[in-house]
Amino acid sequence: MSLLLIAEQILNGLQFGVMLFLMAAGMTLIFGVMGLINLAHGSLYMVGAFAAATAAGLTGSFLMALVAALAAAALAGAIVEMTIIRRLYKAAHLEQVLATFALILIFSEGTRWVFGSFPLYLDIPAGLNGPVTLPGGIEYPKYRLALIGIGIGVGLMLWWLIERTQIGVQIRAGENDREMIAALGIDISKLYTVVFALGAALAGLAGALVGAIQSVQVGMGEPVLILAFVVIVIGGIGSIRGAFVGALLVGLTDTLGRLLLPQFFRLFMEADAANQTGSALAAMSVYVLMSIVLIWRPTGLFGVRA
Amino acid sequence: MMAERHINWVVMALLLGIPLIAHMVDQPFTITLATKAAILALAAVGLNIALGIGGLVSLGHAAFFGIGGYVMGILAFHAQNFSALELGPLTIAGTKSMPIIWITAMAVSALMAAIIGWLTVRTTGVYFIMITLAFGQMFFYFSISWSAYGGEDGLSIWVRNGFPGLNTLVPLQFFGLCFALLCLALLVFARLRASPFGLALNASRQAAQRVQTVGMTPQRLKLVAFIISGAITGLAGALFADLNRFVSPVMFSWQLSGELIILIIMGGVGRLMGPVIGAGLFVLLEHWLGGLTDFWHVWLGAILLGIVLFGRGGVIGFLTGKEGPHV
Repeated sequence: MSLLLIAEQILNGLQFGVMLFLMAAGMTLIFGVMGLINLAHGSLYMVGAFAAATAAGLTGSFLMALVAALAAAALAGAIVEMTIIRRLYKAAHLEQVLATFALILIFSEGTRWVFGSFPLYLDIPAGLNGPVTLPGGIEYPKYRLALIGIGIGVGLMLWWLIERTQIGVQIRAGENDREMIAALGIDISKLYTVVFALGAALAGLAGALVGAIQSVQVGMGEPVLILAFVVIVIGGIGSIRGAFVGALLVGLTDTLGRLLLPQFFRLFMEADAANQTGSALAAMSVYVLMSIVLIWRPTGLFGVRA
Repeated sequence: MMAERHINWVVMALLLGIPLIAHMVDQPFTITLATKAAILALAAVGLNIALGIGGLVSLGHAAFFGIGGYVMGILAFHAQNFSALELGPLTIAGTKSMPIIWITAMAVSALMAAIIGWLTVRTTGVYFIMITLAFGQMFFYFSISWSAYGGEDGLSIWVRNGFPGLNTLVPLQFFGLCFALLCLALLVFARLRASPFGLALNASRQAAQRVQTVGMTPQRLKLVAFIISGAITGLAGALFADLNRFVSPVMFSWQLSGELIILIIMGGVGRLMGPVIGAGLFVLLEHWLGGLTDFWHVWLGAILLGIVLFGRGGVIGFLTGKEGPHV
């Protein structure tokens, strides 16, 4: 196994991590501000991917596809927030889980109804097709490199939005004391809709970007959703910085676990058995990581609230 | 308004009566549906101990359902292949005997519930939900990549396992076994809820700090509840695998964990018969709506939303006019 392969896998892990971050950031924001656990976040990821694939099919432009994904997911998020989610903020977690689970059923089967069961495909834009040679002689797909860049860029923009703008001040105030900022004359329900739509747009963007390297299909959101939960648990609920660190940890652990664990077991097992054991354990690696973090810090790496 | 007691008897009479009538008019498929409802109800009765009494919103109970299923699958697989199951230094022969499979399924599920519970009951609220979901998912991916027992394709068992003195291939007899186990689990649930342990557990759901101030440890109570709960759901998993003569990673899927919670909510959280009513309704809806449209999950989702937003207390809450159970 060469160093080149490991370097390439580290990049893959980073790419996976930043896409998880886009999902986890929205969820952790929604939880931090509204106290809502949203299982339907994966559905918004799917909505983004389907909107992108449809728009790309109509216009042929990847940029239009991304715009469509952002718009469709934000719109779906805003509508769902105003009609259903809004009634759940004061409800118990159990009711939030059920209602958002019901939303998943409706979104998934509704999408299957409209688009059918066959996966759609979204092409990588022509300019980003093919590999690029990085310093050190690593050949790496341009598109995946672009994903890392976009993920980090969006992360920085999110930091700027929350730390440096008027709306960011309101969001942070909402996390701390929602009655107080309502008393100060800020329309809290509008703020909630905006935060939910923002989280939804991030999920939709992730769906569209990942949709170009995987197929766009019903149910694509749920595996990502659950990994995003793991990210949030590791990073600490409500913390965007935690979501970023957690996402990179999960992305790298998953990718490198798949590469290294079978190799590790080959040191003292037959190749066949080593591959089997290694890949079975690699499938569990991120959850083991989560357990370790939990034993060490029950509220996550950057979490404050229990 | 009806008394909950009366509703309970009507429900059990229906669940027992429908397969008996179906047997007389020779409708084996109806008996299979009733068996499925009884097994799902059993799984949800298990979850109801953690969720209804202990307030532990476990979104990973499919883990125990799947473990029960795989215990049955693996033991029966080795029995039908006449191969030994090697667990490190231990060598175990496979078996086709239901009682042994049930006990093993419950023991393994309880062990896993102890490990998962130990890691999770210290957390509360959303953390607990997310972490149980994640652990459930861990088993799902493990079963997919574990190729020795079928991996993604699952594992088929040729002949249903046996129970001494019964012919389990006869649908009604297998239903009888499942129904008896369900009654037993309901008895356990009722006794547990009324016991000092159950009362303390109930109290630690409502006011954990007060329980602590009178000298009990809420975490320990919750852990014990979680283990009992996991064992019962594991038993249901073994029966479910036997009903289908097939196990696959689908039994570990998180949708199934969600559906188990749905069953309880539809019937009524913390109610003795909540899971039974929920399971009956779920199987009916699946069969009836599923026959009308391929997209029946949309309507299930809509019904669920309606229950959560407007009809708290589920079916029993609606019929008795009381949102929560009287404890």
